[in-house]
Amino acid sequence: MNFPILSSLILLPTIGALFIFFVRSSNSQYQSSKYVALFITLANFFLSLYLWIVFDKSIVDFQFVEEREWISGFVNYKVGVDGISILFILLTTFITPICVITVNATIKNRLKDFLIAILILETFMIGVFCSLDLVVFYLFFEAGLIPMFLIIGIWGGERRVYSAFKFFLYTLLGSVLMLVAIISIYWITGTTDVIKLYELGIDAKYQNLLWLAFFSSFAVKTPMWPVHTWLPDAHVEAPTAGSVLLAAILLKMAGYGFIRFSLGLFPDASLYFVPLVYTLSLIAIIYTSLVALMQEDMKKLIAYSSVAHMGFVTLGIFTMTQQGIEGSIFQMISHGLVSAALFLCVGVVYDRLHTRLINRYGGLVSIMPKYAIVFMVFTLGALGLPGTSGFIGEFLVLMGAFKKNILVATIASLGVILGAAYMLWLYKRIIFGKLINEDVKKMVDLKRFEIVTLWLLVLPIIFFGFYPEPLINSIEVSVANMIDMNDLDKINKLALGD
Amino acid sequence: MENLQLIIPELFISIMIMFLLIFGVFKKNSSQLVYNLTTVSLVAALALIINLDAQIQSSLFNNSYNIDSLARFMKILLILSGIFVMLSSSKYIQISKISKIEYPILILCSILGMMVMISSNDLIVFYMGLELQSLALYVLASFNRDNLLSTESGLKYFVLSALSSGLLLYGCSLIYGFSETTNFNQIMVNTKEIEYGLTFGIVFILVGLAFKISAVPFHMWAPDVYQGSPTSVTVFFALLPKIAALTVFIRFLYIPFYELGDQWQMIIIFLSIASMVFGAVAAIGQKNLKRLIAYSSISHMGYALAGLSTGTTQGVQSSITYITIYLVMNLAFFSCLFMLKRNDEYYENIDDLSGLSKNHPLLSLSLLVVLFSLAGIPPLAGFFAKFYIFVAVINEKMYFLAIVGLLATVIAAFYYLRIIKIIYFDPEKEKFESKHNLGLKFTLVASTFFILAYFIYPSGIVDIISQININ
Repeated sequence: MNFPILSSLILLPTIGALFIFFVRSSNSQYQSSKYVALFITLANFFLSLYLWIVFDKSIVDFQFVEEREWISGFVNYKVGVDGISILFILLTTFITPICVITVNATIKNRLKDFLIAILILETFMIGVFCSLDLVVFYLFFEAGLIPMFLIIGIWGGERRVYSAFKFFLYTLLGSVLMLVAIISIYWITGTTDVIKLYELGIDAKYQNLLWLAFFSSFAVKTPMWPVHTWLPDAHVEAPTAGSVLLAAILLKMAGYGFIRFSLGLFPDASLYFVPLVYTLSLIAIIYTSLVALMQEDMKKLIAYSSVAHMGFVTLGIFTMTQQGIEGSIFQMISHGLVSAALFLCVGVVYDRLHTRLINRYGGLVSIMPKYAIVFMVFTLGALGLPGTSGFIGEFLVLMGAFKKNILVATIASLGVILGAAYMLWLYKRIIFGKLINEDVKKMVDLKRFEIVTLWLLVLPIIFFGFYPEPLINSIEVSVANMIDMNDLDKINKLALGD
Repeated sequence: MENLQLIIPELFISIMIMFLLIFGVFKKNSSQLVYNLTTVSLVAALALIINLDAQIQSSLFNNSYNIDSLARFMKILLILSGIFVMLSSSKYIQISKISKIEYPILILCSILGMMVMISSNDLIVFYMGLELQSLALYVLASFNRDNLLSTESGLKYFVLSALSSGLLLYGCSLIYGFSETTNFNQIMVNTKEIEYGLTFGIVFILVGLAFKISAVPFHMWAPDVYQGSPTSVTVFFALLPKIAALTVFIRFLYIPFYELGDQWQMIIIFLSIASMVFGAVAAIGQKNLKRLIAYSSISHMGYALAGLSTGTTQGVQSSITYITIYLVMNLAFFSCLFMLKRNDEYYENIDDLSGLSKNHPLLSLSLLVVLFSLAGIPPLAGFFAKFYIFVAVINEKMYFLAIVGLLATVIAAFYYLRIIKIIYFDPEKEKFESKHNLGLKFTLVASTFFILAYFIYPSGIVDIISQININ
């Protein structure tokens, strides 16, 4: 039998966590724990990089599939990757070591517990992206709540308890209906195996309700417009590493879920609900952009911008065109990098001044030039300037949208302008202007580990901005297959013909 | 004679009760010794049950006493829980000065009563077992007689329980009146037609049973009794009577009145929904951990009843799985409670847990695991318990029940999270003692490990339970 590479990816962080848990650190600084965590997460990154290299991008089937009996006669533990999920795994394993590096500055107490929480969370996140069974997916999807709840609650800011509870209960409430839907699918079709379900298909008369149940979970997690309010709170109160993981990866679980399950399992229902998703996405893009303009708090601003960006993602997915879906995936990866970077940038200044209020800063360019440069790259990435990865995603999404509905696409394009407005204004208020505040004058420029982490993020953002081919190449076949298999194009044409 | 061979475990426990009673009276200061001997005899009884042929399926004593796979599994569960309860609470009863020879003997009596209940196939045998266990429990609840709360809880439990036993007995007599027999199998044969008197009989018996497992609206005694009784008795209340009552529920609904499913199904669904929702909502405002776990167990019984309400074998099996996992979770929870000791005093308020994670990382971690499991968050055992229930419920297209149940888990998650918040997010307080006896530590480690590692091999228990024959 082949080497179970996916299971190793899933298990490795947990093994690392157990190791850190059981082995006593010799000094109070937990230096060795940090190195263990860094080593494990880096090993995981290289393992997933290897996976990406050996992954055959021209095949539509799931690869590296592992299957084991789990709950006898009912659910099998089944994992595997296609071109879409492999990118998210790569994103996860890339962001996690960066989080581990940042703990030096941001986490003052109970470092060991924090590292364990992050490692366990990585296990669950990778599990979500490669599970090929609905129950296994649900298990990983929900389990991620536990470490994230603790990360926000223990190491968060002043209103951490409120935020942690809101995060947990919102997401749990969204997810329970998905569990009902998963069990119903089992009784309707006799299996929860995603590959088999793709082949069998689900009777159209059940699809609408099932789609709504899945939607309730993913919409909260994405988050889409009326149920997005947990996100700003969670982001603001979480420690830097927590915000980074939340923005970069946890939000992507829902987008991934939309593609893998909503489109893949319920194509008819997806088509039926397109107007709903368009409406919510447009509201998210325009409304939360406007809200972002009004924010006084840096993290809140970026959190609202995340909601707007995820609006593009949902919009792109439900255009059900090759460009739209590819654009959404690209946008998710890009947003994963950019938002992670932006939260790290906020973390850098927060560690120095201990405030996130925008008007307390100003004129940083003269004392922190290195910081100003990287922050600029990320700002431009967030507003989607050509040459950054943000552009490719938004461009493809809008292209897909123009193909389907010009009005929707036009409104969404306005969102791009608003995005530029709030990001550039944020940059102006923090970096430029007069250096008035006395405390700000004492701030020092980036330290070595900060330079490393931030430049690690600058590189892929610019690289994929100029040369998106490796990513597009990886998802092209899988997306085409998804559209093909469910006759999304044909359904579309029929619907337009009516 | 052959009949006697099959009830050797029950006989053994009866003999041990008499022996220990005499032994304890004649030997001075032997309370600890009697306690240990009780534990040993429980282990021996467990061995005797396991030793019986697993395939055996027979009705003894004129078809009034069943030895079958259901009885076997439930008795093993019962005695195992009994052993763990004894192991974990030995230190507690010494420190709370309730270490008297009657204590373990009453526990043995109660366990014997439960074993009779589990095996009963006849209304009279069932009632006899029920009274044996209840009478012992009344005394146990008020065992700490110098304590006002304990006395009150014993009295309260006695009065309300006597009332429910009365109702139950009235139901039995109605059923006897309309079916001319007390034997479960015979009742099934004689009650092909639905008559009002019979329906009333079923309702009365269900009320009595609902009282025993504290399902809403017959739950009023539970919070007071849980809080007032000594913790070692509370853990007993939380675990063992539930096993026995649930088994009787299964037997009663699935043997004599299986055909009349549409008569009782609505009742069980109502009990289930009311318990799940009420238990979840009422626990939110609680300050005392024992009281909170009382509401929590009301809610959990709602889920177990949801499985029963399906009227299918799969539903019953999911209920049995649920109760098994529920037992382990509660055992772990109470083991943690027993560890909250400082200067020979036990603490049981939620606020006492404040900042526990800083001084006692391992204990807090166990509590974290247990509480998330009670809340039903994957990948812990509690999730699978609920999962099996919902699989069975949704198979019967009872979507309303499933959705209400799942929404109740979200409400319930709130108060479990609140405890976790107090343990992990709040400022620390004084340290608790960190030395505990081996039995307690073993119970905690074993049960926590079970909860944590259940997801690795979830088929194990399901496979065993799927072999249980209901009819």
